[in-house]
Amino acid sequence: MRPEVRTGPPPPPSSPSQVFHRDLHRLHRRSGAMTGPPLVPQPVCRFQDPEPADLSMEEESDTRKINNSFLRDHNYATEADIISTVEFNSSGELLATGDKGGRVVVFQREQESKSQPQRRGEYNVYSTFQSHEPEFDYLKSLEIEEKINKIKWLPQQNAAYFLLSTNDKTVKLWKISERDKRPEGYNLKDEDGRIRNPSTITSLRVPVLQPMDLMVEATARRVFSNAHTYHINSISVNSDLQTFISTDDLRVNLWNLEITDRSFNIVDIKPANMEELTEVITSAEFHPQHCHTFAYSSSKGSIRLCDMRQAALCDKHCKYFEEPEDPSTRSFFSEIISSISDVKFSHNGRYLMTRDYLTVKVWDLQMENKPLETYQVHDYLRGKLCSLYENDCIFDKFECVWNGSDSVIMTGSYNNFFRMFDRNTKRDVTLEASRENSKPRAILKPRKVCVGGKRRKDEISVDSLDFSKKILHTTWHPHENIIAVAATNNLYIFQDKVN
Amino acid sequence: MYCNFKSQGFKKRNCAKSVLEKRTIFLLVKPRSAAQQRHSVTATESKMAGADGDDSLYPIAVLIDELRNEDVQLRLNSIKKLSTIALALGVERTRTELLPFLTDTIYDEDEVLLALAEQLGNFTMLVGGPEYVHCLLPPLESLATVEETVVRDKAVESLRKISQEHSPVDLEVHFEPLVKRLASGDWFTSRTSACGLFSVCYPRVSSTVKAEIRQHFRTLCSDDTPMVRRAAASKLGEFAKVLELDYVKSDIISLFTALASDEQDSVRLLAVEACVSIATLLPQEDLETLVMPTLRQAAEDKSWRVRYMVADKFSELQKAVGPEITKNDLVPAFQNLLKDCEAEVRAAAANKVKEFCENLPEDSREQIIMTHILPCVKELVSDTNQHVKSALASVIMGLSTILGKDNTIEHLLPLFLAQLKDECPEVRLNIISNLDCVNEVIGIRQLSQSLLPAIVELAEDAKWRVRLAIIEYMPLLAGQLGVEFFDEKLNTLCMAWLIDHVYAIREAATCNLMKLVEKFGAEWAQNTIVPKVLGMANDPNYLHRMTTLFCLKLYWLLFFENTFALSEACGQDITTKQMLPVVLKMSNDQVANVRFNVAKSLQKIGPVLDSNALQAEVKPVLEKLATDTDMDVKYFAQEAINSVLALQRSD
Repeated sequence: MRPEVRTGPPPPPSSPSQVFHRDLHRLHRRSGAMTGPPLVPQPVCRFQDPEPADLSMEEESDTRKINNSFLRDHNYATEADIISTVEFNSSGELLATGDKGGRVVVFQREQESKSQPQRRGEYNVYSTFQSHEPEFDYLKSLEIEEKINKIKWLPQQNAAYFLLSTNDKTVKLWKISERDKRPEGYNLKDEDGRIRNPSTITSLRVPVLQPMDLMVEATARRVFSNAHTYHINSISVNSDLQTFISTDDLRVNLWNLEITDRSFNIVDIKPANMEELTEVITSAEFHPQHCHTFAYSSSKGSIRLCDMRQAALCDKHCKYFEEPEDPSTRSFFSEIISSISDVKFSHNGRYLMTRDYLTVKVWDLQMENKPLETYQVHDYLRGKLCSLYENDCIFDKFECVWNGSDSVIMTGSYNNFFRMFDRNTKRDVTLEASRENSKPRAILKPRKVCVGGKRRKDEISVDSLDFSKKILHTTWHPHENIIAVAATNNLYIFQDKVN
Repeated sequence: MYCNFKSQGFKKRNCAKSVLEKRTIFLLVKPRSAAQQRHSVTATESKMAGADGDDSLYPIAVLIDELRNEDVQLRLNSIKKLSTIALALGVERTRTELLPFLTDTIYDEDEVLLALAEQLGNFTMLVGGPEYVHCLLPPLESLATVEETVVRDKAVESLRKISQEHSPVDLEVHFEPLVKRLASGDWFTSRTSACGLFSVCYPRVSSTVKAEIRQHFRTLCSDDTPMVRRAAASKLGEFAKVLELDYVKSDIISLFTALASDEQDSVRLLAVEACVSIATLLPQEDLETLVMPTLRQAAEDKSWRVRYMVADKFSELQKAVGPEITKNDLVPAFQNLLKDCEAEVRAAAANKVKEFCENLPEDSREQIIMTHILPCVKELVSDTNQHVKSALASVIMGLSTILGKDNTIEHLLPLFLAQLKDECPEVRLNIISNLDCVNEVIGIRQLSQSLLPAIVELAEDAKWRVRLAIIEYMPLLAGQLGVEFFDEKLNTLCMAWLIDHVYAIREAATCNLMKLVEKFGAEWAQNTIVPKVLGMANDPNYLHRMTTLFCLKLYWLLFFENTFALSEACGQDITTKQMLPVVLKMSNDQVANVRFNVAKSLQKIGPVLDSNALQAEVKPVLEKLATDTDMDVKYFAQEAINSVLALQRSD
């Protein structure tokens, strides 16, 4: 029942992928319920890709190619267009992005069709809506930004899709649904909309539903507000499909998805005297299968695992993951760079992945004293911490993701680079998301950063990295090798070789 | 509390204004027909349209068109008049046109869908009676799959209702396939809805279909999504009731055991509820082997929410399993719950202490309480959590009637006294509010020594809500402690509240005084209250002067509303002589608030004054106030003149 949205030239048989170049959010800067078809932008260019490649990391290079990317012209990019979160739903058919302007754009994967099997895998705009508006807290004289901090999809429960989106203070539950029928026939009006003379009404007409163009509507179903004093940094839906948690700097609150007028505080680390504050909560997530377990990370580099079965208040953790600090590398920046910016359970629920400033760590839930694996994301920055501190980059919050089988992890870096680590082969790769380098259908070339010494061809020196281009938000399709990478105001979708 | 998440109602919309506007526009366009509409909307309720000419069609046409109006409120109104529309269309067109249209309206707002689901439950006659009731199934089926729980539940409720109107044949031909469709639906919303429908069709279908239904229920109990398992678990007890006993033993018990050990605690805790109904169905001798292992396991579950549920349902469980098992199993289980490590569980168990003890078998009740329950209760009195203590305080007094005078004095009294000294005001309040139970058994004198400091402390609590709560118990306390004790110890407190700095307290104190007067009589009031209240009329603080005014007003009304006052020694004379001058004198107060309150008071007490006083004294004062410089004073004086003097004229 999907709308036919494409009107561009048919792709050549051998080039299944394409690039879209558009000023996406600008096109859709409208609030409220939005419809799909009229808003879908058109592809403007297509490129042919001669060499399809494989995503698996066995191949030395050229592992990925661009599938489609939603790029906006830098000249027009404003602060509001910067993408602040990106998330696949549980089937991978939908992909949602949120931006600093409070908007949510949902992309839908093109259905496979017999005539054009190569189109499978392309994502097109499905729905766009304004999720949050800027607000002002008059009691505290605080502006509340509309920026979407996180989006989480709910498992699908009927034909409609549901997602939670949050800004600093308020979580909203959105329903995205399709409508393809429209009632027709009035009693008081004729077909042209003219009012009929009531004396001519001699029989009653019941409206009849007629098929119409598919319309996609987004409606706010619930608003969960007034529960957070500090800024919400993460939300997570429980596997019991009944509750979710929202987390701010000092507290974790538990909500029922159907009840908006109360929530339960389950973690509170606020000291009686705020001067004694030594750490803040940076992120929290529910275990994917065990409805009673959740983990939260702190700015001190530790992760606490809590069991909601033990007590109503989870101030006491049941597991505490922390790596003892190496005294030899201790510096002024140690504490800042050890702060965890993201924590994610693996899909199988056995591992936790955390991202701090320079590394990604994988922890086994059964081993609390040290991480199972540690991957260096951009160790070459260790010598530049001072300048990164001065330009505030050291406080950037990078996210990290697992692939569907938990064998590869991905996280972002600077200069529009993002990194992938294969946990089995211990291979790693640096890729770049940029319009110049990633022609549509082109295979991504691995990039290398050279550290001192002579710079080889193809390498880029640390000093020439652009720190304003950072990849903070990425997401991986739950079952397939498709990734979405948000680079400031551009969204890139890369996918495994398409045959 | 924690476990009891309830779905809540919808926001109310205030669309009245926009409705009005739309109507007005309507009137401008069609003045003539709108007038017709007004009289004929009601007329068509009872007769078929068309039979009476074209006129009556118009309002129905409006209603039908508004089924798809952009304004939710108008759609809602239309849906609520669906029976009118159906009546006008007749059964044939309702079945062939209206219902198919409604089946596809599931895009609408929740309020509209909820109203629709409800309407369809009462639609049997409108589609042509029981013969055609199955026509209602498609729209209800689609409503049973929406994501909004309240709508789904309402659709299920209506389905259950109309299932009774199906003939046994129709039930198998139409209703049962619907249940199966829902039960094997792709989305869990439809499967959850199916759970509520098994029990209504099971008793009325053939044995082969029965077997299928059991199979479907079994499948849903092991569904992938916890939502469906929860729905199945919550309907397990209900389904068990309609099943043959053999199947209860063979089928239900295994499902119950499986659900009670589900990996999700949100499912396990619902199995506790099912336990109650299953236990009532089984013969006593089977309980031990079939139910008790699961119940024991639930009482010791790793998750506090499950244990909370056990504690919360303890009285029901106790009744369901009978006295023997209670003695052997539930007593130790209850002890454990009272000592649970989670405060929520202890609080839930503490709430049940009295009920549990009451329901113990009489022969061994006292012994069980004394040796098993009381030691735990003693510990709870000094619990670290104030919710636990206050839960206990709200029921502990009830134990005295069960244990009798001697045991109460020896064992319970120390606990009451300790709780009266508790640091948490809620605990003290709960004890005080239940004093009547103890009063019956040992008399309140035993407690009065500790009671007084506790009351005084609450009366002076820094939180005004605490003060407010204790004020509300004053009449009760006064009744139990007697007038002497009251005069001696509590009277000063009651007067002190009159000059509290929080208005809510002053107001409550005023009402409290009146309740005391009702209890102790007018003479008491005349001697103890009135002089003090009148004295406050000269207080330098205008707020206190206003309190005088409020007291006098209430006092007056009390007197003349209750005939008791008239039979007392002091009658109307005294009140008029003593109080009216004070009120009238306050009309010269320098603060405008006092002056207009004089006017308001006079308006209230005017009707009960005799006409001489009214003419000679009240009228001039009101007339003077009516020329006051203050706007509000003028306004209220005028109001008073209008109502009081008008009343007199009508005499």
